This record gives sequence, C-alpha cells and structure tokens, in this order.
Amino acid sequence: MAQMTMIQAITDAMRIELARDENVLIFGEDVGQNGGVFRATEGLQKEFGEERVFDTPLAESGIGGLAIGLALEGFRPVPEIQFFGFVYEVMDSISGQMSRLRYRSGNTEHAPITIRSPFGGGVATPELHADSLEGLIAQQPGIKVVIPSTPYDAKGLLISAIRDNDPVLFLEHMKLYRSFREEVPEGEYTIEIGKADVKREGKDVTLIAYGAMVHTCLKAAEELEKKNIDAEVIDLRTISPLDIETIIASVEKTNHAVVVQEAQRQAGVAANVVAEIQERAILHLEAPVLRVTAPDTVYPFAEAESVWLPNHEDVIQKVEQVLNF
Amino acid sequence: MKPVLESIEKKFEMFQILNEEGKVVNEEAMPDLSDEELKELMTRMVYTRVLDQRSIALNRQGRLGFYAPTAGQEASQLGSQFALEKEDFILPGYRDIPQLIWHGLPLYQAFLFSRGHYHGNQMPEGVRALSPQIIIGAQYVQAAGVALGMKLRGKKTVAVTYTGDGGTSQGDFYEGLNFAGAYQAPAIFIVQNNFFAISVPVEKQTAAKTLAQKAVAAGMEGYQVDGMDVLAVYAATKHAREKAINGGGPTLIETICYRYGPHTMAGDDPTRYRTEDLDSEWEKKDPLIRFRKFLESKNLWSEEEENKVIEQAREDIRAAIKQADEYPKQKVTDLINNMFEDLPYNLQEQLEEYQAKESK
Repeated sequence: MAQMTMIQAITDAMRIELARDENVLIFGEDVGQNGGVFRATEGLQKEFGEERVFDTPLAESGIGGLAIGLALEGFRPVPEIQFFGFVYEVMDSISGQMSRLRYRSGNTEHAPITIRSPFGGGVATPELHADSLEGLIAQQPGIKVVIPSTPYDAKGLLISAIRDNDPVLFLEHMKLYRSFREEVPEGEYTIEIGKADVKREGKDVTLIAYGAMVHTCLKAAEELEKKNIDAEVIDLRTISPLDIETIIASVEKTNHAVVVQEAQRQAGVAANVVAEIQERAILHLEAPVLRVTAPDTVYPFAEAESVWLPNHEDVIQKVEQVLNF
Repeated sequence: MKPVLESIEKKFEMFQILNEEGKVVNEEAMPDLSDEELKELMTRMVYTRVLDQRSIALNRQGRLGFYAPTAGQEASQLGSQFALEKEDFILPGYRDIPQLIWHGLPLYQAFLFSRGHYHGNQMPEGVRALSPQIIIGAQYVQAAGVALGMKLRGKKTVAVTYTGDGGTSQGDFYEGLNFAGAYQAPAIFIVQNNFFAISVPVEKQTAAKTLAQKAVAAGMEGYQVDGMDVLAVYAATKHAREKAINGGGPTLIETICYRYGPHTMAGDDPTRYRTEDLDSEWEKKDPLIRFRKFLESKNLWSEEEENKVIEQAREDIRAAIKQADEYPKQKVTDLINNMFEDLPYNLQEQLEEYQAKESK
C-alpha cells in the first residue's frame, strides 16, 4: 500500500490500464510530453510511447470525434478534456454522437470511451474552468457519469470506467487532486460504476453528495456530532446511473435527508435524487428532503467563489431545518 | 506584403476527364478500368437514378420516410465509392445512401433507415460504414479518428467521409481536416458541392473561390473535380486512396455537381431559391448522359442494356420494399436493450414497464 493523492491514483490507474490492454489510448491537449496541465499523465508517454499517449490539436470537438473514430477501429480511447468548462465545444461529440452510437447502430457498434476532465470550484481559475456541468451529461441517455471524492475511489472507478464497453464521463474535482493522501493499493482493483459508498454511518439524517461536497458533508457531520446529531454521509460516486438501493435504504433508516451539490440549484442532479426519494420512500420521510446548492447564477468570478460555493455551515443549517420540521 | 490568395485560388482548376459530350479531354488521366468495370459504373449510375425516382415516388405514397434525393450526384457518389476497397470505412452524410448500398448495405435496410427502423442502421458483418450522419460535419472529425486508428493498426485502408458545400462552413469540417492533417492519417474528405446548403448558395457560405482550397490550411492536397464526370471522380479518389495507404496523408476532394431535386422530401421547394434556367443548364452536364455517350462511342452500351438495368432495379426495389414491409416492427424494448451493454436500474425498470405495455 502506498500513500497517494487523487491525481497520483488517477495516473496509476491509467498506467495499469495502458499496460494491461494495448487498445487503451490516452490523448488530449498537453497530455503527451508535458504530462497534462495537472500532471495526470506524467511520464506515461515516455513509458508507453507516442502512439499510445499523445497530444492533440487544440480543438475539443475534434478530440471527441477522434475518440469515436478510434473506438470504431477497436481502440479503447481515454481522451482528456483539459477543463470541463470547455465541454460546450464538444457537446455534439459527447451527447449527439458517442452516447448514441450503440443505440444508433442497433447494437452493432459501441463506444468504450472514458472522457476524463477536471472540474470544480475553489481553486481560483479563470471563467469556464470550474463550473459543475455534470448535470448536462447526467441528463444524456447512453453515457455514465462518475465523480470520485477520494484517491482510493478514483483509482478503482477509473479502471472500471476504462474497462466499460459504454462511454463514461469521469470528472475529477480540481480541489481534491492534491488536498489529501490516503492508502491506495498497488496493482489493479475495480469499484463498480453505479454503486454509492456510505462514507460515514449514522442514524438521524442522510446527507447525499458527490465530489468535493462529500468532504463538506463529512465536516458538517463532525460538527453535528457535537450537537448529538448522527449523520450518515452517502457518496454517490456515480451520478448516472444513481445507486437507488443505497439511497433508499439509508433514508428508510434515518427518515430524513439533505442532498448537497456544488452545482446551481436549477434542474440539477440533487433535484433528481429528491424526486427518486419521494417517489420511492415518501412514507418513510418525516420531513421534506432539502437541497444545499449554489445559487442560480453562472459560476462566479474567482473573488466571489468562497461565498458562492456551498459550505458545511449551509449543510448544518438545512439538517437542523429538516430535523426540526 | 505580397498578395497570395489569388495565386493560390488560380491553382485550383477543375479536373475533368469526360466533357459534357462524353469526349475524353484528358487522355493521360484516364483510369485503368476494364470494359466490364466501365459498364459496371454505368450500371450503378442507371440503377441509382431509378432508385432515386422510385424512392421519391414511394415517399409521396407514404411508403418511405426521410429521404434526400440523389439525382445529379451519381457520379460524385458512385465514382468515389467505386475507388474503394471492401475494408475501407465510409462515414456518410444523409444523402449518401447509394455509396452505402454499393458498399454492402442491403436495399431493404436502406428503406428501413428511411422509415426510421433501427435495423436500417445495422451494417451487416464485414460492411465497414456508419449509418448516415444527420449532424452536418460530425462525420468529419470521426473520420479523422477512424483513419488514425487504421494508421496505428498498420492497415492499408482508408476512411472516406462525405459532406456537402454547406458542411464546409461547420467547425467540425475544419477540425476533422486539421486532425487528419496533423496525424497524416489515411482519410479522404469528399465535399459534394451542389451549390446550395438547402437554400443558401455557396457564395453566401464562403468567400473562398473553391472549396478544395480549404485543404491548404490543413496542410493537405485539395482537388476540385468535375462531379458530373464519373471517371474524374473515380480517378481522383483512386489517386487519393493510393497516396493515403502509402503514407501520403489525407486529401480533400471537392466534386462540382448539382442536385436536381429538393434538399429532402420534407417540404423543401427548390423553386424558392433556384431558377429553371439554372436547372436546365445543369441537366445538360448530366453524369449519365455523358457517360452513356462515352460508352456508346466504344460500343460498350446500348438502350437494350440500359433497359435491362432499369428493369432489374425496379424488380429489386419491389422485392426490397416487400422485405422491409415484412421485417418485424421495432419495439421500445428493443431500443431500451440497445442503450448499454448492461442495463442500469432505471432502464431495467422501464424495460419491464414497456414489456408489460407491449404484451397487451
């Protein structure tokens, strides 16, 4: 076992898959000799050669189309979109094309593509770098959306994503890249896509989150413990498809839930989770399921982001509202 | 500063082998085709013209759905496809049904595509092609990927993709060309310039004098070819293919052609944007007329032979429509099962819901 940051765990997963399957190709802007702007692909070109790990011209739609074409030739492409705020440039390749390939071809073709992309607030980027745009893709049938919150999960989920025979969007929260280390096994292991993880067990209220907000919820849970409130924290890990079983089992136990997302409120992933809970477990609820989200503005300029982003105090406030309903 | 645009544009002269009278005007460019192959080209063009006429009629009778007419573009479509090998990969636009058929898509499946049945998109084993792309230009970036894949695999094959003049305005057009150029991937990008993107004329799409010159910015060869001359299209595509499989990189081919019919059968009225004079001017350049004259001058074609092809096409179309009619109707449960390799919970639930509905 080694202590790894999330970015190291991600590099490790790619190295393992490059070595295991010669059809795995890694490409994107600056991922070759430069090792990626976050160094996620550090050393991989040197180790596996320029035919397996290579730079692309600076054009996101081209990267998406390249991935689809390579998939049609039997490769297993792992393209990087340098920042997920650039997704608008590649929306057709993702939503109009690769997500529909299996369906469109009547199951005669498929797109085993894993798109990796950094996203998320709190690191003072320029505009259109930090936005939480996962909901755009979670609404698209035909593609899975995975968002890890820890180094251990990141490695196991990325290996699963690369081995998946359908497209997976793998979003990496920038704030988590180097924020902490944890024990990560050497060698390969997988974590099933579509399975949530209970990051903290509790009996009074269920906090449901993904990405950096998992840590916000864990911090809130620690504070709540001081007030004798025992919060359970579920890390969705995959937001499409959701792990309904884990969510419902927890809500049936705690009878209270708060869903937390870094994204804006309107038409979000949290709203979908709330809808699933009320459709499936309303008689177990003792209070409405509330949401903690960012406000419905576009992502703020850097100086305002610390106020704009949801924090653990927002979570605590909603938990108290739910428990005192 | 020295002006360069004009000098570049002057270099793009239209490549032609047969003129409108069916006379060879470029003897040294004549492709090496046997008499049988020449006759096969004519057979395919006649057959495809009949298929177009019948498809339009069937659409009007409500027996076909979405259809984009092809008459006037046969030489561009069939001349280029004729230069390909079975292992080459075609990424077509929505007007490019003839190339798919001659690459191996059975006729009844082409009809099912028109009707909106997924079986029309299922390429038979060994037929290397995608179903027609609807988003203009999306196939261009994908073609770069297929071609790069072929290069990485060390194959001696090419990816061939088609769009129209309007497609050259799209961002994906430039990205596809640029990627293929950067990777020196074995791709052939064919632009069928029929002068109208639905209704907008090409001179309102671009200030470029030719579409072929757009290749220059991507560092590749661009050819402007008479798209009503099947031998010129064949020869240009064959040349591009030879170059590509020998490591020479991609090529852009602009074929100058015309679509006699509407953009699609869904209500487009070409009289709103084209004159009758223009139509008849182009009909004089017709690819079938000039190739027929050429073959007749070599004693390779007769009215009798042509009638045989027409009869064969009609018979095949009748049989294919019947086969399409008899093919099992698609179900929502089929579509649900085509979404993922393993169904997630939501689709699993919805599958059960639709199984119940469909068993009623």
